[in-house]
Formats: sequence, structure tokens, C-alpha cells
Amino acid sequence: MSDTSFSREYLQRRSFIELSARDRAKCLFDSGTERELAGSFDRIESPWLPMQDVTPQADDGCIVMRGTIKGRQAVVIAIAGAFQGGSIGEVSGAKLTAALDLACLDNEKGIPTSAVLLLETGGVRLQEANLGLAAVAEIISSIVALRQHAPVIAVIAGTVGCFGGMSMAAGVSSYVVMTREGRLGLNGPEVIEQESGVEEFDASDRTLIWSIAGGQQRYDQGLSDVLVDDDADKMAKTIQELIAKGVPAVHRSEQVDLYRSRVAALDPSRQWDPEELHSWASKKKEKNL
Amino acid sequence: MSEFTGIRGRAWFKALTGQESSIQGDPPSVLTTDALIGDDKGRFLCVVPDPGGRFPCARRGEVGLEEAYTLAARVREVTNADKDGKKRPIIAIVDLKSQAYGRREEIAGIHLAAAAAADAYATARFAGHPIVALIVGQAISGGFLTHGYQANRLLAFDDDGVLIHAMHKEAAARVTRRTVAQLDKLAETVPPLSYDVRDYAKLGLLYKLLQVANPQNPGASDISLVRGELIAAIQDARKGSRDLRTRLDSEGARSARKASRLARARLEEQWKEQAFTTASSY
Repeated sequence: MSDTSFSREYLQRRSFIELSARDRAKCLFDSGTERELAGSFDRIESPWLPMQDVTPQADDGCIVMRGTIKGRQAVVIAIAGAFQGGSIGEVSGAKLTAALDLACLDNEKGIPTSAVLLLETGGVRLQEANLGLAAVAEIISSIVALRQHAPVIAVIAGTVGCFGGMSMAAGVSSYVVMTREGRLGLNGPEVIEQESGVEEFDASDRTLIWSIAGGQQRYDQGLSDVLVDDDADKMAKTIQELIAKGVPAVHRSEQVDLYRSRVAALDPSRQWDPEELHSWASKKKEKNL
Repeated sequence: MSEFTGIRGRAWFKALTGQESSIQGDPPSVLTTDALIGDDKGRFLCVVPDPGGRFPCARRGEVGLEEAYTLAARVREVTNADKDGKKRPIIAIVDLKSQAYGRREEIAGIHLAAAAAADAYATARFAGHPIVALIVGQAISGGFLTHGYQANRLLAFDDDGVLIHAMHKEAAARVTRRTVAQLDKLAETVPPLSYDVRDYAKLGLLYKLLQVANPQNPGASDISLVRGELIAAIQDARKGSRDLRTRLDSEGARSARKASRLARARLEEQWKEQAFTTASSY
């Protein structure tokens, strides 16, 4: 862990997570190469929110930007955690899937194109329930298709975290990049408390929450590839390096036997200290890029 | 109706395969077997409750860590075995409560376990395996994403005991700050909110709704009907594309998913335009 908490460098950094979704996406590109697609001016809004007296947003909380990163073609898809908790609705889901599919087609045509997903999302938008869930299934499928050709990089930076079905989208990605502020898990704390009781999970215990799903823990247990400071320049550099690295020899979600045997070795008769799972992080990885 | 029991999954697994056991070494909550379906030997998979399961939050028909990794392993086993030969059909019988909601599950990264299963199914589909999900009971949220939702073709029974949704009704009402009655009222005009499988069918995601006389305790005619529909769906999947485009191009989707189609069309248009301007600026 880099102990820069009060250094000049830390104080002068440009925060990544304080940027809007649009600016987060923008700061990853070679300056001036990026262009937003199906943006606010296209006004493709959720048809379902107004029916429920919820104000829709002209970009449905999903920013798609295309350009080059260190001269390489890339598409960045940023979910805006500020709109409906970054939830995946019909339109935001369709934009995500379509962008991944177009990148896949370009790769098939011989134009290498990577994808970066900036995930600030609680998962399916419950006001669009079944269409959100269907969209998540399609997003997962499109990531699996694209990652054969080019890396798909999931970034979980902000405090909304990445939960629900979208944690599975992160799970099938080539690389997972997190900050200490970010969280990754299938079920949010409130949902677990509600479904399994407060003895199982106390959703008001913030230390517990971050000790389980926080970026530091996910990195320490080998479920995240890179831990980055909340710094826009460092984030951009991390993305450049991962794109240059290309498609991993084997994706984490393909390592079924390894993880299955790890789960088999766990003792479920008691609750665990999350640190016990640090043994999963087999080798030293690139830390604090 | 709303009380989940998980009886149907087992009943249909047995009806279609004559088996009801797990592969040795697998948890009893995942039934796996190869059985004849038409001229093919298909791989059948089903998640069932196991009150004696190791993980306390995954004993009532939830998809937990062991279930998800077992599904992933049993699907990958098939894709590896058929690598150079005919791709056998995979049939996911779906009757599951949800994903497992537990602290241990989160610590051990259940999101990755669920991703591994979805990955295995999607990879099998892209390799050319026809995958059919047969929804005989409940198909909820992350559980359904893990087991079934990556299929080429979705079949569901036209029956009140079938429930396909992003969240259980009571929880969804709470999270969206509504009463269950308000939610039911809204669902009458907002089909994606509905808990009725007939409304789900209108979204264009299903391949077919099946009329079955006794979904809990199927008789010979029910079994033969479902078998025939599975064979037809497998054949159709073999002819069709390996991605999930049919869910967006179906007749139902053309009206229910208009906004998805518009977003996609607009993005395609602008992607092409941009490629053109970039190329011409050199």
C-alpha cells in the first residue's frame, strides 16, 4: 500500500471519482480523439420511467465514447452513478451491449478495438426490472464475445461500487481495476441483510462492508488485477498499460477448477475474516500503478 | 404460488432424463446427466434445494458458490469434450429461488462464481452448442443470470407458478418505495415490471410459452409435448445465430424493446459515420 495519504502528490492529484461519468471517460483518451456516440442530443430516453413519474435522462445514464488510447482504437462506456444509482435500464443496457458488439465487429474486420467499462452501478434498474435483467444477460454475452479479440477492462472506482448482475459483467472481463473507494460484490449489504437477516450481514457496519467488498480486499485476494489511487492521470496510465498488455492468456472466470477447489477448501461452518482469503492472491501483481 | 419449493425442477429433470442424481463429487444441489433428446445426447442441468448443503445461505434452491462453479465445470466439460465433434445440446432446467445472499458468499466472491457459470454457458453457445433454458418454475435475478439466461432459446410454462423477475416482489416493492398493491397496479401498464409470465412473453425474449397440464407432476402427454418442444428449439437454435440477437429481433421485441432497438441503431449509425470521418481525415 502506498503511504501517500498526506503527501503533496496526493493533495495535488486530480481526483478520478469526483469527475462526472462523461469526464471520466474523456480523460482516458488521447486528447481530442474522443467522440461521444448516442449522447444527450440524441435524447434516447427510458420509455418506462415517465410512466412511473420518474424523470428520465437524455443519455439514460450511459456515456459511450470512442477514440484512441495511446494510438489504439478504444471505446469507453461509462455508467453514471449519479442517475438512478447507475442502474441498468433498457436503454443504458442496450447502449452498452451495442457498443461492445460494434467493437467486436471492428476487431473481426481487423481493426483492434478495446473496451473500457466504467462501472458505477447497483445493477438492474428495478423500474425496468425484466428488461434490465435481460440487458445484463446480453452485456455478459457481448463481453465474452469481445474479449476473445481485445481486452475488456472493468473499472470500479467510485463509491457507488459495482453490484448485482453487473458484478458478473466485471467478473467476465479481462481485467478488473479498482480504487480503495470502489466495491465489488454480487449482493449489496442491504439486500443481504434483508434476505438473510442482520446477524448474517449488518448493512450499517461500514467497516465490515469495505473489509469484504472494498478495492483493497478484492485486490489482496486476487479478484481485482490492479489497485489504483483515486487519480485521473494514474487511472489513464493504468488503462494504457492494460490495453498494451492485450488479452490475458486465460480469463479469471475461465479458471473454474482453480476457484472451485478453493471454495471446496473453505470451512462454511463459521464466518470468516476476509483476510483469510488473501492466500488466493497467488503471485505478486503490479501494485499501485 | 409465491412460496418457493423447488419441486418442479427435480420433477422435470427426472421426467426428461429418467435420472435425478448429481455427478459423483458434485454437490447434491446440482443435477447433471446426459440423456437422449431427439437424435442427440443432450446435457441436462438443474439446480435444486439441498437442505444439507455446506453453505447455510444456499440450501433452499439458491445458486451459491458451489452450485455456480459446478454448473461452470459441467458445462465446460461438455464444450471441451465436443471441441472437435458435433456440439451436443445443453438443456438448463430452471426452477431456482435466486442467487445466495450471504456474507461467506460475498467474501469468497460469489460474483465471480456466477460469472464463471454465465461465461461457461456463453462460451458453449458461441462454440456452437445449442442451449435451451426450460423455465418450469422460478427464475429470479442473479440466479437466472447464472443458470439459464445465456441460452439461445428460452422456453417457459404458461402457468402461475412460473416467475421470471429481477427481484422478489416484496423486496422490489420495498426498494422502489411502493406497496405490493401499487407495484401490481403499475405492472398492468408497465410490462417489464410484471410478475406474470404472460406479460414476460410480450417482451420478445421468450422463444415460446408452453401449455402444460400438470407442471408439478407431469404425465406422459406433458412430457412428450415438452420433449417435442425442446427438440424443435434445439433445431431452431442450430439454424440461428450464436449470439443473443434473436431476443432483440423477435416480433415481441420490435414493439416492447423499441427503445433498445433505437439506441442500437443510432449507435451503429454514428459508429460508421465516425469511422468514415476518421478515415477521410487522413
